[in-house]
Amino acid sequence: MNSSQPLVLGIESSCDETGVGIVRGTTLLTNTVSSSMDEHVRFGGVIPEIASRAHLDAFVPTLRQALADADVTLADVDAIAVTSGPGLAGALMVGVCAAKALAVATGKPLYAINHLVAHVGVGLLDVNPDGGAAAGAAVGLGHAGRLPENLGALLVSGGHTEILKINSITSDVRLLGSTIDDAAGEAYDKVARILGLGYPGGPAIDKLARTGNPKAIRFPRGLSQPKYMGTAEEPGKHRYDWSFSGLKTAVARCVEQFEARGEEVPVADVAAAFQEAVVDVITSKAVLACREHGIKDVLLGGGVAANSRLRELTGQRCSSAGIRLHVPPLELCTDNGAMVAALGAQLVMAGIGPSGIRFAPDSSMPVTAVSLPA
Amino acid sequence: MLILAIDTSAVASAALVSDDALEGVVASFSTEDTRSHAEVLAPGIEDLLASAGVTGRDIDAIVTGVGPGPFTGLRSGIATARTLAFVWDKPLYGLMSLDAVALEVAESTEAAAEFLVVTDARRKEVYWARYSLADGQLPQLEDGPHVSFAADLPDLPAYGAGAGLYSDVLRADAGFSNEQPDALYLGQFALARLASGKQLLDSTPLYLRESDAQVPGPRKRAL
Ligand SMILES: [Zn+2]
Repeated sequence: MNSSQPLVLGIESSCDETGVGIVRGTTLLTNTVSSSMDEHVRFGGVIPEIASRAHLDAFVPTLRQALADADVTLADVDAIAVTSGPGLAGALMVGVCAAKALAVATGKPLYAINHLVAHVGVGLLDVNPDGGAAAGAAVGLGHAGRLPENLGALLVSGGHTEILKINSITSDVRLLGSTIDDAAGEAYDKVARILGLGYPGGPAIDKLARTGNPKAIRFPRGLSQPKYMGTAEEPGKHRYDWSFSGLKTAVARCVEQFEARGEEVPVADVAAAFQEAVVDVITSKAVLACREHGIKDVLLGGGVAANSRLRELTGQRCSSAGIRLHVPPLELCTDNGAMVAALGAQLVMAGIGPSGIRFAPDSSMPVTAVSLPA
Repeated sequence: MLILAIDTSAVASAALVSDDALEGVVASFSTEDTRSHAEVLAPGIEDLLASAGVTGRDIDAIVTGVGPGPFTGLRSGIATARTLAFVWDKPLYGLMSLDAVALEVAESTEAAAEFLVVTDARRKEVYWARYSLADGQLPQLEDGPHVSFAADLPDLPAYGAGAGLYSDVLRADAGFSNEQPDALYLGQFALARLASGKQLLDSTPLYLRESDAQVPGPRKRAL
């Protein structure tokens, strides 16, 4: 195997995107994604069974397309990587079974990879900053294939909300904080439904919020009371954790109060105030965690990285705290196979052994498991 | 003709069958349990190929059971079969999974002329199909597959693990009351059908049930 510039094929199926990406070392060759998002619109959220059915039908066509786009054959591939968790159990199962079959049929080594760490791994790809949607994005996180020391990652999506500390991307990742209930993106979807704005909620609320007054209503910032926060010396149980389910209830209650009084709901103000509450608590806790753990560089990942207010406030607060913020191109922030391939390539280059084909997908795989051992 | 058959509609199983081999069987494996397909299927297939000294190049076609069966397990086999067929560039066929049990029944000496094959559909329901049997012929699917409550099935001899599970309301055959669809019989069924010029299915899963997703109704009051 070429272990200095390995050709790695990555497979992602943890939520509603079927992704196949191919990288050579830190060079991205293709990032092919098929999404079942349209099929979830009428339900206002991702339906796991619908996502799983879509993965089954999308996998081979997506694989075929990725190989054609990258102009490589399976015989050229040095290793295969697949998301083995965390994620939706039934959805993970499809990608894992397909990846194992690929490994059996080709005889190539297979790496079972942590989805959250893969969101960070994508920051190591050499991406052309002038390319398409990547315009203006801060990239080049990995110089000569090395991540900065004291690196953190803030991951915000429909499926997860976490702050990580990356000591070594291949062997030492710590979870500093996470949501204890809904993911931030999920809260956006639920509030969009309350406000009648459709699915997915993130872009709809972000757009409308620009015309509203974020200070018109004050919504709660979950887990920010002193009993949860504690102090830097004696941290509370949820110092760096988030909770969004109370916020969603507060929005519902607020809307009902307007309706009960026979008043028109100021939808734009509610959207702006909700967005401000989410973004304020995410960024303040993330920056606090970074400051208290000596983190000097932060990578923003996950689909909610597309949110204009999150990018703006994260940027502001990071720069006042002397932290550099890195935002990969958006198509690499949302779930995709390239990030899985990118992390797989790092594991190969670090000389870490493959996972074999006997592992089980783990819907709650911890970030301490970057990849599964054989 | 060498076929790799896979079925994960209940247990996970795979088999290499060939019209050149004795009884048609080159090698096979199946698991007891119905919940660890993702772990056992790929290693099982790898061992199967190794033990038979066969590579992908030697295989002429891949056959997968397309259910009905519990969704996640069912997809494991179909995803595996589709991927192997793509990589090896081989034709891929589907067969209704209950056909495997029907063939096994047909090969037993006391098979009835008309019978049911019944498997567990969970949630207190069964998957089932009705077959007829003429001398020296493959079992003929007459009706199904369906998903129903066991009590609502036709009054006929019933074979398979689903019959065993509901033997209080079905005429369960004791000799078959733990029997699950097995790739071994599925592969033999496929060989026989192909030899007689009959069509097989494609690999589209027979879910029989919708995804259970609910279109959200009016907002629930929070107050
Ligand atoms: Zn993700």
